[in-house]
Amino acid sequence: MINISDSATKLNSLNRRMFILAAAKIIILGGIVSRLFFLQVKENKKYLTLSDKNRIREWKLPPIRGEFQDYFGNTIAGNFEAYQLHIIPEEVEDFRYVIYRVKELLQLSEKQFKKIVKKKNEIKPWETLIVADNLSWEKFSKINNHLYDLNGVKPVISISRDYPYKENFTHILGYVSQANENDLLTNENIKEKFVPGLKVGKTGLEKSFEQKLIGSNSVERYEVNAYGRRISQLAFQKGDKGETIKLTIDTKIQELTNELLKEKAGSICVMDIYTGAIVAMHSSPSFDPNSFVFGISQDEWQLIRNNPMKPLVNKSLSGNYSPGSTIKPIVALSALENEIISPDFTVQCKGHKNPLELYGQTYHCWKKEGHGFVNLREAMKQSCDTYFYEVARRLGVDKLSVTAKKFGLGQKVFKDVFDNEKSGLVPNTEWKKNALGRNWVLGETIITGIGQGFIQTTPIQLCLMTAQIANGGYKIYPKIVANDDNQYADKFTPLYKKSRNIKIIQDAMFSSTNEVRGTSYRSRLDDPKYRFAGKTGTSQVKKITERDRELDLKTFEIPYEERDHALYVAFGPYKSPRYALSIIIEHGGSGGTVAAPLAKELFKMIVDRHEIRKNYDNKKYLDI
Amino acid sequence: MYQYRRFNNKNSFFQKFGNLDYILLSCLLVLGFISLATMYSTDGGEVLFHTRSHFIKFIVFFTMMIVISLINIKFWFSLGYLSYVIILGMLIWTINFGITASGSKRWIDLYFLNIQPSELMKIFIILCLAKYFHRMKSQHVNSFYSICFSLIIIFVPMSLVIIQPDLGTSLLIAISGIVVLWFAGLNHKYFFYSCLLSIISLPIIISFLKPYQKLRVLTFLNPDRDPLGAGYQIIQSKIAVGSGGFTGKGFLKGTQSYLEFLPEKHTDFIFTLYSEEFGFIGSVILLLIYSIIIYRVIRIGALSRSYFAKLFCYSFGTSIFIYIVINMSMVLGLLPIVGSPLPIMSYGGSSMLATMIGFGIVMSAKTHSQQSIA
Repeated sequence: MINISDSATKLNSLNRRMFILAAAKIIILGGIVSRLFFLQVKENKKYLTLSDKNRIREWKLPPIRGEFQDYFGNTIAGNFEAYQLHIIPEEVEDFRYVIYRVKELLQLSEKQFKKIVKKKNEIKPWETLIVADNLSWEKFSKINNHLYDLNGVKPVISISRDYPYKENFTHILGYVSQANENDLLTNENIKEKFVPGLKVGKTGLEKSFEQKLIGSNSVERYEVNAYGRRISQLAFQKGDKGETIKLTIDTKIQELTNELLKEKAGSICVMDIYTGAIVAMHSSPSFDPNSFVFGISQDEWQLIRNNPMKPLVNKSLSGNYSPGSTIKPIVALSALENEIISPDFTVQCKGHKNPLELYGQTYHCWKKEGHGFVNLREAMKQSCDTYFYEVARRLGVDKLSVTAKKFGLGQKVFKDVFDNEKSGLVPNTEWKKNALGRNWVLGETIITGIGQGFIQTTPIQLCLMTAQIANGGYKIYPKIVANDDNQYADKFTPLYKKSRNIKIIQDAMFSSTNEVRGTSYRSRLDDPKYRFAGKTGTSQVKKITERDRELDLKTFEIPYEERDHALYVAFGPYKSPRYALSIIIEHGGSGGTVAAPLAKELFKMIVDRHEIRKNYDNKKYLDI
Repeated sequence: MYQYRRFNNKNSFFQKFGNLDYILLSCLLVLGFISLATMYSTDGGEVLFHTRSHFIKFIVFFTMMIVISLINIKFWFSLGYLSYVIILGMLIWTINFGITASGSKRWIDLYFLNIQPSELMKIFIILCLAKYFHRMKSQHVNSFYSICFSLIIIFVPMSLVIIQPDLGTSLLIAISGIVVLWFAGLNHKYFFYSCLLSIISLPIIISFLKPYQKLRVLTFLNPDRDPLGAGYQIIQSKIAVGSGGFTGKGFLKGTQSYLEFLPEKHTDFIFTLYSEEFGFIGSVILLLIYSIIIYRVIRIGALSRSYFAKLFCYSFGTSIFIYIVINMSMVLGLLPIVGSPLPIMSYGGSSMLATMIGFGIVMSAKTHSQQSIA
């Protein structure tokens, strides 16, 4: 019996404990359910976004770059369809076979081939391997014909930069190339839009207007698995093409400048004297920017880099030259404005036998025989150095520098538009004291009067200076982008005290080109429609010694690096001026014989093109 | 002898069929169906290896369960010690000749199938201890001798499993054993003191853990400390469950599993996938089915005449409940990650076999509820 009662107590205890546990179970179950509720209902949104973040990945495609157009709407930097060859290694059954077959068809060199294989090993098997980025049509069609044999090879047509006018616009536009680390660090916008293969502007306007040109990425949204492999495309969001930028350049004139500077090192700038629009701006020698788009070959790069004529330098903006005699209009103007001289002020030029002597230094005029008695007009016309030595001596460098700066020398013409623009240098006594720590000496004033010594100008500054003389002495702001409507408060403010003084200078420049004994008389155009006025300049690269003077060598007898720079500034048509230009030919010799004849060619075209330009402008307004 | 009786007494055979717990059976079938559907989803909507294999195992072991239920509970009672010793032998065999997979020796090769004896031990330790306490007088339950002996019964298989190494399963074996001790009427104070002791000694135990186990504990405390490494599983699992929402993403539409973000989705983390696709509603329904199953198991225990059957049913039901709670808490980020399958749902033959044997014995207790064991 004790057995029965014992088993009863055992059963009792068992059932009691079961009851306790059942209660515990219900509580625990409630806990699990509430945890589920918390995760799935309360925090659902958070986890849903996390899950989408897991599975959705976006692929950015390179944005389509905006174009550059010239004044007449011709595309000067556009996009073209590049024929490319892509392989996704994962989709190829026998990669070795296919890649060897491709090598054979495209006649790839061993070096190129190794590069491709190396690239293949670096990427994930489902990423795109770009085998060739710019195939010729022949090779592209050859590949297409053999596609049956090339499983997994994808011929792709992609958009890439194209410069149809090749070397004509290189220094204005610059060029694009693969974005590198430096581009990403310096430009947030590039960093944001970066995709492998993105091409960005490296120099020139391509770089300055990167923000506007770059456009926005197209985005492909894919569902991916845990290993990053694309499973399906969810959406495609089309990006915007970059802005099209219209320039003030006239391609025809730009091409002519390129033609004229062929085989020479130098620069030509042409500017509208009222609007400040740059009609042409060329630096020679140039190079073909197309070769940079897909990466330039080492050999080609070395050739460009080591060229003694320095094709990589934009001479129009970053070439600092002594202005030589082209500064004389400013010297004369400054003297007139400060009432140091009158137009009738006369100096006797006695030639090399009897040069100007000052503190033991001699200052020669370029003309051996001397000019005799010359007044202002005559001195400008014949570019008499002795006259300007005297004028500069009386004027002083500080007054001269004020006028020079007023007319745009010594400061950047385009402000921030071009990152490689130099400001040149207009010296004065204070500058020398600060920069060199020595006092200004009178001899330096004298040579500054003929544009030698410390003074440095860029071709575009000389062009601006001439334009502001030509338009009657009013301030203008040069522009290269057509719809650059920056309204400067001081635009068209007079730069003179007496407008008569400007007239005198204009007339003197006219005489220099259109009257007998003028330094550029031989380059004149007699037809009043084209007639222009100018001032030659020959800037010394090295100091002329007594011996040189005695030898009096012809230009071609002097070593290239020691030859003078030939300069010429001009404006026309004289009757009602509209355009100004500056020409500089490095180591070309005398400005009158080398630089001025180019102006003759240029003005013919510039004046003819003006009608078209004007009409195009009118039409534009009519259309609206 | 039992078989002889079964075949001789046809009436009794049909009676036994009639006496099966059909609610429990149908719940198990529904659960099997859900688990097959989930397995089908883990295979990416195709009948592949896991689905096929899980299906065959379910059918075979379900049939086996019915066969077991028709055998008299006395037979299972008599097998109590023997089966324990056999499994213990298999565990020792595993240590010496087991198949090594992912760093631990857990399986033995039985030519036609690989079996994981540690999973079987989870059930047979209950059987063994239930038999041990069945004979015992109530005043002897709390004697030094019986406590020592029952603890040895628990510690021997537990330590054999720990050296495999498989911390998760060894803990589950220990829990199964302790559950039986609790029901057998071991004094509350022992549980209280041992609880206190284990909390005090926790830092010492942690210092003995393997580096990967320490990492799991640290990861549990802060999953974000290494989101792509140790914390990956738990973070992805929580994302999957959380993103399921109230109604779920829909069958075969669970992106987390379909796109392979979920680890171990066939086995320990199968609830995550289920919960992602069927949402809060589905999860609660699943919990409900499990609750009904456990309720039926305990009810069978309550209706049984013999102490052994009661003890087994209560302990088995409670153990199953604890397995489910541990698995779910783990995937929901409430517990550190220990390897513990979700009964019936998870892929794995040994676990399914053990669970089905357990249900078979429970069902046998039902069909023989009037049977008393001496």
